[in-house]
Amino acid sequence: MTVFRFDDRDIDFTAGQTVGAALIDAGIYGWRLTRRHGTPRGLFCGIGVCYDCLVDIDGNPNQRACQVSAAAGLTVTTQTGTGHDDLAC
Amino acid sequence: MGAACAYYAARAGLAVTVLERGAVAAGTTGAGEGNLLLSDKQAGPELQLALRSSTLWNELGEQLGGEAFELERKGGVVVAGTAEGVTALRAFAAEQRALGVASEPLDQAQLREAEPHLSPAFAGGAFYPGDMQVQPMLAAASLLGAAREHGAVLRTGVEVTGSLLADGRLSGLRTSAGPVSADYVVNAAGTWGGQLSTRLDAELPILPRRGFVLVTEPLPRVVRHKVYSADYVANVASDSAGLELSPVVEGTRSGTVLIGASRERVGFDTSISIPVVRQLAAQAVALFPVLAGINLLRVYAGLRPYCPDHLPVIGADPRLPGLLHACGHEGAGIGLSPATGELIADLITGRLPSVDPDPFAPDRLIGALA
Repeated sequence: MTVFRFDDRDIDFTAGQTVGAALIDAGIYGWRLTRRHGTPRGLFCGIGVCYDCLVDIDGNPNQRACQVSAAAGLTVTTQTGTGHDDLAC
Repeated sequence: MGAACAYYAARAGLAVTVLERGAVAAGTTGAGEGNLLLSDKQAGPELQLALRSSTLWNELGEQLGGEAFELERKGGVVVAGTAEGVTALRAFAAEQRALGVASEPLDQAQLREAEPHLSPAFAGGAFYPGDMQVQPMLAAASLLGAAREHGAVLRTGVEVTGSLLADGRLSGLRTSAGPVSADYVVNAAGTWGGQLSTRLDAELPILPRRGFVLVTEPLPRVVRHKVYSADYVANVASDSAGLELSPVVEGTRSGTVLIGASRERVGFDTSISIPVVRQLAAQAVALFPVLAGINLLRVYAGLRPYCPDHLPVIGADPRLPGLLHACGHEGAGIGLSPATGELIADLITGRLPSVDPDPFAPDRLIGALA
């Protein structure tokens, strides 16, 4: 099986693709909402430098979609804000 | 420090030129955390300077717009791990209170209320409502901006190479951009204040102590106050040459959490030591276990300039008329800068100072050099 989960859908990927590449391939361009204005973000530099493509993978927020290899069974979730909003006090 | 001296001198009506070797806040100031602390100062001259600075920071917040440099009157929470630590902290706070530093004791339950993410391992602590913080680079820029409105001139990329003398007193400076004449010169070169004093043939023992600051990824508010372990006070005052570590943790306006503070005497070496970073991170996690699951974005190193007796050196150099020093504040430079700048302006203009200048006079260090 070469599928991972992104929010409520399955994403096909090819061996060697990153999570970010597979999402782009599937026509998805945004997978994070910024913390101040809630505007969407996806790949910007695509090479691990800019930290714009952060996403939640298997419950861990702030993973760079352009650096994590796609793997069967991953649960990728759109990240809202810092990804740690539950910690606010 | 130079920005604060320029601001208060220009406000006092003096014609001021700021010579900066690099860029604004590129040296000592920009590598600090922006702590404006009363809580860590023991009763003594430095506390007097800190109290006056606290008043002036509040004034600057009103006059220059504290928003512009992220002035936050958030208060400090000092925690102690043991019953003995709590007792020592209470005694320390009582001495400070006699001099006008407000604080309230916190028991274990009140600690949790003040800082919900704090580890339950701490026996007690104290809340200091007067502790504040700024973003140090923005604070320096705001002060320089205000100084320029009072007529000061800022020249960056200009390095001082030596002194100009006339009639046995300083008449200006030799610089990488040619001579600059002046009736008074203020050495506010921070960690490099010792080197600058040597270039002016008025050597002072100002030495660097390296400290790291860890920066986390942005978070919602997780740490409400400036939170640190009571051990920090003992470490700052320590004369040990070795590594000293005590956690100081605070959130910032941009969402990052800053984790200090290490102190090491390793000369001007600012390379990063991973074992020290690891220990700092572990101490921060001991304070706030929630940080264990948080990524660090970066680490920066700064040099804190100290004098052998751990007091800053502020005032006229008796060996060279026209030269004044304003450096050696160690990790408290940003906090103590307004009162220092005001004192420098007072000493030059002959106005009665708000703080007794004698304990800070350079004379005490000059004998020690021989």
